[in-house]
Amino acid sequence: MSLLEIDNVTLRFGGVVAVNQVSFSVEEGEVFALVGPNGAGKSTIFNLISRFYDPAEGDIRFEGKSILSRPAHEIASLGIARTFQNIELFDQATVLQNLLVGRHRHRKSNLVSELMFLPSVRAEEHRHREAVERVIEFLDLQAYREKYIAGLPYGVRKVVEMGRALAIEPKLLLLDEPASGLSTEETQDVAFWVEDIKKQMGITVLMVEHDMHLVSAVSDRVLALADGKMLSLGKPHEVQNDPRVIEAYIGASDDDGKAVA
Amino acid sequence: MDVLQLLVSGLANGCVYGLIALGFVLIYKATEQVNFAQGDMMMLGAYITLGFHNAQFMGLPFWLSVPMAVVLMGVFGYLLDMFVLRRMFGQPQIAVVILTIALGFVLRFFAGLIWGHEPLALETPFAGQYLSFGGITLGVDGVMIIAVTVLLTVALYFFFGRTRLGIAMQASSQNQLAAYYMGIPVKRINSLIWALAGAVATIAGVLFASKGTIDPSIGLLGIKAFAAAVIGGFGSLPGALLGGLIVGVMEPFASRYMAPTYAPIMPYLLLFLILVFRPHGILAQVHSKKV
Amino acid sequence: MRTVFKTSYDADIDLFRDRIHAFWYMLLLAVAILIPFVIDEFTLGEVAHLLIWAIAGMGLMILVGQTGQASLGHAAFMAVGCYAHVLLQTDLGLPFIVALPLAGMIAGIAGVLIALPTSRLHGIYLGIATLAVSMLTGDIIIIAEPLTKGVYGLYAPQIEIFGLTIDRYGNPDRFYWLILAITVLVVLLYKNILRSPLGRSFAAVRDSEVSARAMGVNVARTKAISFGISAGITGIAGALIGHFTGIFNNETFNLIISIQLLLMIVVGGLGSIHGAFFGAIVITFLPQVISSIRDLVSSFTGASSVAVPGLDTAVFGVLLVAFILFEPRGLYGRWLKIRTYFELFPFYRRDMFRRQKSYLKTERMR
Repeated sequence: MSLLEIDNVTLRFGGVVAVNQVSFSVEEGEVFALVGPNGAGKSTIFNLISRFYDPAEGDIRFEGKSILSRPAHEIASLGIARTFQNIELFDQATVLQNLLVGRHRHRKSNLVSELMFLPSVRAEEHRHREAVERVIEFLDLQAYREKYIAGLPYGVRKVVEMGRALAIEPKLLLLDEPASGLSTEETQDVAFWVEDIKKQMGITVLMVEHDMHLVSAVSDRVLALADGKMLSLGKPHEVQNDPRVIEAYIGASDDDGKAVA
Repeated sequence: MDVLQLLVSGLANGCVYGLIALGFVLIYKATEQVNFAQGDMMMLGAYITLGFHNAQFMGLPFWLSVPMAVVLMGVFGYLLDMFVLRRMFGQPQIAVVILTIALGFVLRFFAGLIWGHEPLALETPFAGQYLSFGGITLGVDGVMIIAVTVLLTVALYFFFGRTRLGIAMQASSQNQLAAYYMGIPVKRINSLIWALAGAVATIAGVLFASKGTIDPSIGLLGIKAFAAAVIGGFGSLPGALLGGLIVGVMEPFASRYMAPTYAPIMPYLLLFLILVFRPHGILAQVHSKKV
Repeated sequence: MRTVFKTSYDADIDLFRDRIHAFWYMLLLAVAILIPFVIDEFTLGEVAHLLIWAIAGMGLMILVGQTGQASLGHAAFMAVGCYAHVLLQTDLGLPFIVALPLAGMIAGIAGVLIALPTSRLHGIYLGIATLAVSMLTGDIIIIAEPLTKGVYGLYAPQIEIFGLTIDRYGNPDRFYWLILAITVLVVLLYKNILRSPLGRSFAAVRDSEVSARAMGVNVARTKAISFGISAGITGIAGALIGHFTGIFNNETFNLIISIQLLLMIVVGGLGSIHGAFFGAIVITFLPQVISSIRDLVSSFTGASSVAVPGLDTAVFGVLLVAFILFEPRGLYGRWLKIRTYFELFPFYRRDMFRRQKSYLKTERMR
């Protein structure tokens, strides 16, 4: 049984078919990348998995069970964490508080005990903070722990987003363009982290990314999409050399074409 | 024909609510700002017209006073956006909500200071005239209000559908960034939207004043209009008008057939019913945020 | 600038940052306890009034400052709290100490009921719904005349706690201490919210609903809880106002009160407990400042002091506009800047507190 199964999913916005009969499955322990030109439907697939959109047709299964009956806020507690393409952090809170929100699915205390701040709540807070410290350590965020997001540079915010998703302690991590807007060095860091997330933490990664160097360096399998349809699925170099993929990119724009070559 | 008279008076009220709601929704759609002072802008528009026209103030002819007030309020709306609202760009929406509520109180105070708190009547040429046909007597004011609203709606429809400026406004309200890239001066467009809302508010104010007296607190009618906007379907211009008409027609019938203590709460009761059973309003336009 | 070295997680969790921090607040509390021995009865009453406003302000602050939702009709929940509190005592014969928390709970439930239909929707719906509620309050009090006595109003009974009589005029010092004790309890409650997962889920909803959802926060439920707690605390403040004014009717809790509450938290500083207190100080003493300025002006012009209707609310309005435009973080934010300036002197930079504006940020459903 695969960890995540996208089964013949279609989504329409008005007359536009954003995702057209897409099927693929992500196996436990692999890094799976979605590539394709802008508007190919990659982020839309993420939003479908996050349950922000309802598919018109098809099914999405996680650990063998359909998630379509669940509301968006229950997806995290299943063990699916995500980042956003245009960074959606809690701006008026510190890095530490942002990461602690990631621990929300592990919250055991109830409303009344929190209002009284009973010793059990304090003990739980300790556990949350220990878990968050491990993430901070892993991503080298020590220097920013008490800083407000609103004042942080773009690159750090990207890392904090990844940290917040890791604080969830997910089984499946969805990374939406983790390297977009980052420098070469920062992208290198992301590559190492993705590698460690897979090997040390045993978390399966599903990733949308434009940077083909990063994709071929870290991913086990790649799915290329264009106009909401599946083009090619396979090992990174196979997909990269697939004539249909090359055509889709060159047809889309020159910039992206170079990225593939 | 009691029912017909109630209906006309209800429709007339409803047109005023609808026009206030229209200005409110117009601004929201274009700028994502919520103008809780729209009702007070209506009040101000009415007073400015009254100030130009009434004999005790400037005594200008009615047909000159109205366009002057409309232009003046348009300029007011434009400047309001330029000097106040534009600074709020990028700030949380809640700040704009509080800001415009406060602005309403300030406008109310200045209107009271200039024109006093005693109720005043706008001396319209058609005040107190009646049309009667087939045994039915209708006030000219009511018929006038409905006619003007219909004309204004048609004019706005063509403005947004056919003119360059109207289409630019539509584009910028759908995606400000994309509109900006296409060379549309988004900032100026936003100010023009506020100007338009000010002008529409003035017409609503004149219509309201034509059927009775006004005092500085009539701006609170705006609250009923906001409820109407939600009832009709927030974010839809026809919805705003429809909601206004529903609330307007409801009122005279409620006060005619219900206990006087219950009648005033009916519009709000409808608001809560709509929120529970059809939260996006009668003409729903449901979209979800893109991430 | 003092650097605080944190050696345990508790340093973040505890009420006070360190001993020095704790010392100052304990000193403040001691002063507050001893005040009745120093000042006259009238001023003591004003200070008690201030504390009641601060409680109401903290109630609204939880909703607006912490959760980012607007309520334009919070006076309605003061009314619910006030009427419930008095009726529980007079009609059901409950003692004060039981009636007060119950009244808070009733106001809280009323809040949840108002918030529920709008909690799945955009924040503006809540704004309009609460505005509608504020318009309805007076009408509903009239409709419920058998209970509320409509325009004639109700009298707050004398407070008795374990045989100890507390009366606002008879023994103002006891009344003040009672209010002070409740204020401290509410501050504790607020602090507990801030340092627990609940407070973080509020902040998450405030800053990004989409992302809060992806983190597993039930946004609609969180909004409703926030509104409930907020309305509950404001309801308790309303109950205390009832005892403070002694008599109240359908016109006591009007739209102006709701606006004053908003003014208080915006001017004080959104998102902080300090803000509620700073705001309460402004709200309590502003009317007096306005009237003395008016007297001053009329003494110069020679005219007799004419009451200008609506002047107070206009000044409130102008202040609100000015603060939102020029100091969105309120008096507390201004105070933080001044403090930092002196701590860092001469190295303070002008842009130190500047917040990055996010132009692409939109919560609009598109």
